[in-house]
Amino acid sequence: MIEVQGLSKRFGTTQVLTDISAVFHKGQVNQIIGKSGSGKSVLAKCMVGLHVPEEGKVLYEGNSFHDMDRVEMTKIRQEIGMLFQGSALFDSLTVLQNVMFPLQMFSKASKSEMEDRAHTCLDRVDIKDKDNLYPAELSGGMQKRVGIARAIAMNPKYLFCDEPNSGLDPQTSIVIDDLIKEITMEFNTTTIVITHDMNSVMETGENIIFINEGRKWWQGTRDELLNSDNKELNEFIFAGSLMRHVKKAMTGRS
Amino acid sequence: MGIITHIGRYFLLLKETFSSPERLSIYWRRTLEEMDLLGVKSVGIVALLSFFMGAVITIQTKTNIDSPLIQAWVVGFAARQSTILEFSPTIIALILAGKVGSNIAAEIGSMRVKEQIDALDIMGVNSAGYLILPKIVASMLINPFLVMVSMFLSIFGGYVAGTATGIISSTDYLQGIQTNFIPYHVTYALIKTVVFAFIIATVSAYQGYYTQGGTREVGISSTKAVVYSNVVILITNYALTQLLLI
Repeated sequence: MIEVQGLSKRFGTTQVLTDISAVFHKGQVNQIIGKSGSGKSVLAKCMVGLHVPEEGKVLYEGNSFHDMDRVEMTKIRQEIGMLFQGSALFDSLTVLQNVMFPLQMFSKASKSEMEDRAHTCLDRVDIKDKDNLYPAELSGGMQKRVGIARAIAMNPKYLFCDEPNSGLDPQTSIVIDDLIKEITMEFNTTTIVITHDMNSVMETGENIIFINEGRKWWQGTRDELLNSDNKELNEFIFAGSLMRHVKKAMTGRS
Repeated sequence: MGIITHIGRYFLLLKETFSSPERLSIYWRRTLEEMDLLGVKSVGIVALLSFFMGAVITIQTKTNIDSPLIQAWVVGFAARQSTILEFSPTIIALILAGKVGSNIAAEIGSMRVKEQIDALDIMGVNSAGYLILPKIVASMLINPFLVMVSMFLSIFGGYVAGTATGIISSTDYLQGIQTNFIPYHVTYALIKTVVFAFIIATVSAYQGYYTQGGTREVGISSTKAVVYSNVVILITNYALTQLLLI
């Protein structure tokens, strides 16, 4: 479980996050949703330690991440897997080398054991016979899947996914969403997905946090989301006609 | 951002870079790869440049000291001295700042804007150490080799140009390059080379590591890497010359 307590972050004079508190549950797909520029990616970056918040705490199983020393922080980071918006695969490494990378840096396993583990992860995301290809030779969807394979290589306890569906067609988006959900259940990870893709929210969201203007505006489940009276949340969720139809079909309300 | 802030951030990055590596074997393998990329792949340009640099030095020296009062071998002597003391270590460093420095800044800068450095940090890898340390070590090991090659080819280029054009005889040139040879001058040149290699690798890596934005900013970082490396090399060159030669 990850808990955020009173987290605030500013860049220069711009206040990006203000007093955010939220709980992210183990074994669930926790989603942070919000408009572009609302601060959801900054929140995730504060949670993984890429940004240091001015105020507040991020607790991993009750331990404050930003108060840890370097060794403790590195230990926690080895338990985090992250899928980036642009996949962030290393251009100069092949698919297999990318997935093996965290193992080579931190595992004491032999080379053949590492290769076996990397192949298991690649099989899990349905990437076969692509070991020697470079990221530039893969499609966007394949890059995301390799990114997931790399993220799960070290058996992470926490999985962060930053806009996993961006730039993907609807079918591939569903495949990635399903994969994230399956991996969350299979590995019992605390998964945090940053998204503004409403299909993804309806497909996989279990614990949803809505960020608006740098503040936590709303938190609840998918069913609560459909029935919420929160004005800003409704404006965001039901901006498209498709979602308005979904709401009507599911709740009978327009 | 002020210059003091940049200097402070540069030294903080160096501190990160030299903190203990996660896996020495991986760092060493990366160092060998960087030696190939930054050094061995620069041999061609260094060789070409040095040969013609030596040729021009010889012709210009002869043209400027063409006097019956000055012995013919002085041309070879001047070519050797200017090559060893200044042209090979400094000019080659400036050329490498352009070739290798821009390469380092562009590579690390691209990794920054594509979030690959963030990926390393989140995995718990010391990104500064992993990316920059092998480049520093590789440059400091391979650049003296490049400068030795440059010294040899520059003096050889002077010999070829001098004898082919008939402005100096083979005997006079060979006598000139052997006259009053002080081995310490080679040591001095190699010390400068190692310092310049450190400057090129670290200044360029600094520019790349703190790139913010997109591809345009990567280009800007790359240009800054070359400009700032050259400026620091020239200032350091003056300081080292005063320290080591006077």
